[in-house]
Amino acid sequence: MSKEYFVAVSGQPNCGKSTMFNALTGSTARVGNYPGITVDRTEGRYCSTEFCANLVDLPGTYSLTSYSMEEVVARDVIVDEKPDVVINMLDATSLERSLYLAIQFMEIGVPVVLGLNMMDEVRKKGIRIDSHKLSELMGVPVVECVARKGVGKDELMASVKKVVDETQGKWTPVNISYGHDLDPVIDEMTAMIKKAEFMTDRYDPHWLAVKYLEEDEIVMKNGSKAGPLAAQLVKKVAEVSAHIQKTLNTYPEAVLADYRYGFINSILKQGVISREDNLRFDFSDKIDLVLTHKFLGPLIMFSVMYAMFYITFNIGAIPQGWVENGFGWLSDTIAAILPDGLLKSMLVSGVIDGVGAVMGFTPLILIMFAMLVFLEDLGYMARVSYMVDRVFRMFGLHGMSIMPFIMSGGLPGGCAVPGVMTCRTLRSPKERIATILTAPFMICGAKTTAYLMLVGAFYPENATTVMFFLVLLSWLLALCVGRLLRWTALRGESTPFVMELPPYRIPTLHGIAIHTWDRVWQYIKKAGTVILAISVLMWALMTFPQLPNDRIATYDTQRTQIIHESESWVGTNQEKQIKLDKALSQISYNQGEAALKNSYAGQLSDAISPVTNIAGFPWQANIAFIGAFAAKEVFVSTMSTAYSLGDEDPDNALSLSEKIAADKAWTTPVIWSVFVFLMVYVPCMVTVAVIIRETNWKWGLFSVFGSLGFGFGLSVIIYQVGTLLC
Amino acid sequence: MPVTLRSMKKDQKGVVVAVNASGELGRRIRDMGLVPGTEFMVVGRAPLKDPVALRMKGFTLTLRNNEADFITVTPED
Repeated sequence: MSKEYFVAVSGQPNCGKSTMFNALTGSTARVGNYPGITVDRTEGRYCSTEFCANLVDLPGTYSLTSYSMEEVVARDVIVDEKPDVVINMLDATSLERSLYLAIQFMEIGVPVVLGLNMMDEVRKKGIRIDSHKLSELMGVPVVECVARKGVGKDELMASVKKVVDETQGKWTPVNISYGHDLDPVIDEMTAMIKKAEFMTDRYDPHWLAVKYLEEDEIVMKNGSKAGPLAAQLVKKVAEVSAHIQKTLNTYPEAVLADYRYGFINSILKQGVISREDNLRFDFSDKIDLVLTHKFLGPLIMFSVMYAMFYITFNIGAIPQGWVENGFGWLSDTIAAILPDGLLKSMLVSGVIDGVGAVMGFTPLILIMFAMLVFLEDLGYMARVSYMVDRVFRMFGLHGMSIMPFIMSGGLPGGCAVPGVMTCRTLRSPKERIATILTAPFMICGAKTTAYLMLVGAFYPENATTVMFFLVLLSWLLALCVGRLLRWTALRGESTPFVMELPPYRIPTLHGIAIHTWDRVWQYIKKAGTVILAISVLMWALMTFPQLPNDRIATYDTQRTQIIHESESWVGTNQEKQIKLDKALSQISYNQGEAALKNSYAGQLSDAISPVTNIAGFPWQANIAFIGAFAAKEVFVSTMSTAYSLGDEDPDNALSLSEKIAADKAWTTPVIWSVFVFLMVYVPCMVTVAVIIRETNWKWGLFSVFGSLGFGFGLSVIIYQVGTLLC
Repeated sequence: MPVTLRSMKKDQKGVVVAVNASGELGRRIRDMGLVPGTEFMVVGRAPLKDPVALRMKGFTLTLRNNEADFITVTPED
């Protein structure tokens, strides 16, 4: 076991590349991120009796241009990390397109092994592929595979070993002919590059010349820093480009692509494929006739989403209950062990309750992601975005944006945390960020509780209608803000919708398990770090400063007094006891309210009241809003504390509703001002943490302050205009 | 007689004559294999008539109508 091989596994999306990667690496696969971006980097090991190899799974790409993050990453790994071999998995059912990526690897010069995947499907279709002939013509090993069954994995690695033994680390770039218009120019540029040693430490000169002709943004940007030759190359390209546009009415880039496909075709036509399968209808097309049907399609789509939603929040509620019970037990145990005091209060209210509330979502996220990964691997998600793209495009979003909205509470009761994480399926940065920023407007489970309490208080007659209206409002706001963002901060062309509708394929359990667990684990790590810190901070804000001793003494005096008085009350002992308990708890509630008003959170509420008065928020709502940043559930519990009910059980909100309904401060404009603010004002801290994870600090802050400003603006308008009208 | 891809009807077959898009869109279209000479068939449209789905080279490709405008095709018969 002398040498550790370094092997990159690549392929176009949906070619079964990751399935093969999982088959090769088994349980050794672990997922990280490429530094600074959210593209997953999966690594694993393969060992045979003869050698061991470290494998890295490159992101699925159709090509190696610098169009998307995935392509750049795939290319950089090849160029910078110099793998010994690239295993290029191909979907043998669409061989022509699949070879396009392979050709580009060969142009860079990295040794390639081709894995012809899905050979079982190919045979079923009655197509014959001569893999020996293909191997001969391409000059690289070709291995027939069925990744789902693990067929061909050891042959692939045997080929890897053979290639490494033969090449000894030497790269030989393949130069294909680009025709009489471009070839002379490429030769000329290659010579110039060689002579000036222009970036030759990193790239092959010929490849570099081709990239200049393709006007590859990243190569050109690096080039302009590398030396004066860059300007000459750019000039050269401009000349050729002008010539080609005049004579052929096209672009060098298009000519390059045409010749690559021409090269592929010339190989395939030499008896590699026995029968063309071009336009044959297959099984997937038949399913699509139903699933993307004009009427049935949307109907099925909504049913599937409703089912996912239902399963997540009903079945998921069971394990969620276990997790919550577990934390409840932990909190009770610690409360019983430790003496009363700050340490206990911090551990119980700050640490355990805070982290517990977040961890309670873990089962939901696990279930939701498992289903999403399933639907995505199955090929259904591509259909959904295909169907809704037209509508979402009007709002500057992409068809793929629908899933995050649904998950975040587009059907009330979702959660923005998995919703935002779902945005990973969106490949274009601008539309993705616009979706990430607006998805938290949806009515998540926590907001649902708060709305049920408020709507129950103010509109007991029309609760359902008002709730329905609120849901519509959240969609409307999210879509409109999406449109607004795409006109302003996230201005730019909409991303092309040129995408593949992959054939329906039942995903492997192993693949689903790996993908799901990876995301869930990242969520758990977050809960253990950032969220722990913030929840301790929130606890401190609502606890300190404590009431001064003399004020505590006042309440103690009241208690002694009432106990003393109770002796002279009339009635049976039992009646007296009930009356006494009620009086005592009233005092405790008063004390709680006083403590809350006295705390930093309370003082903060007082301090900001001149501002929030413009929007008409009652002080109780003020403080509840501050607390609800930690988790929206806190809105209800803080309101109940603030209304001196003490009963912090959100399920028992009826009496709270009555109390609020009786409060004269809540006029109709105030109610709607609070409704809208609660919907929009900031995502909860868990969501913010996830937004930062999925984008960066800048967008996290923008999400907090942008939605705060937007929500406040709306509330002010509603309150001020509403008050004028009423 | 060449027409734009947008005007093709469902179940109609054709051959790509030219892709007139440059930049990101052009690159994306070419990467997917929609180059001159490609035979295709329109297999469907989304419920709101846009995007459009094509069957070609053994797979199904979707693109929006305003992207289809850049693609010139010769319809079969």
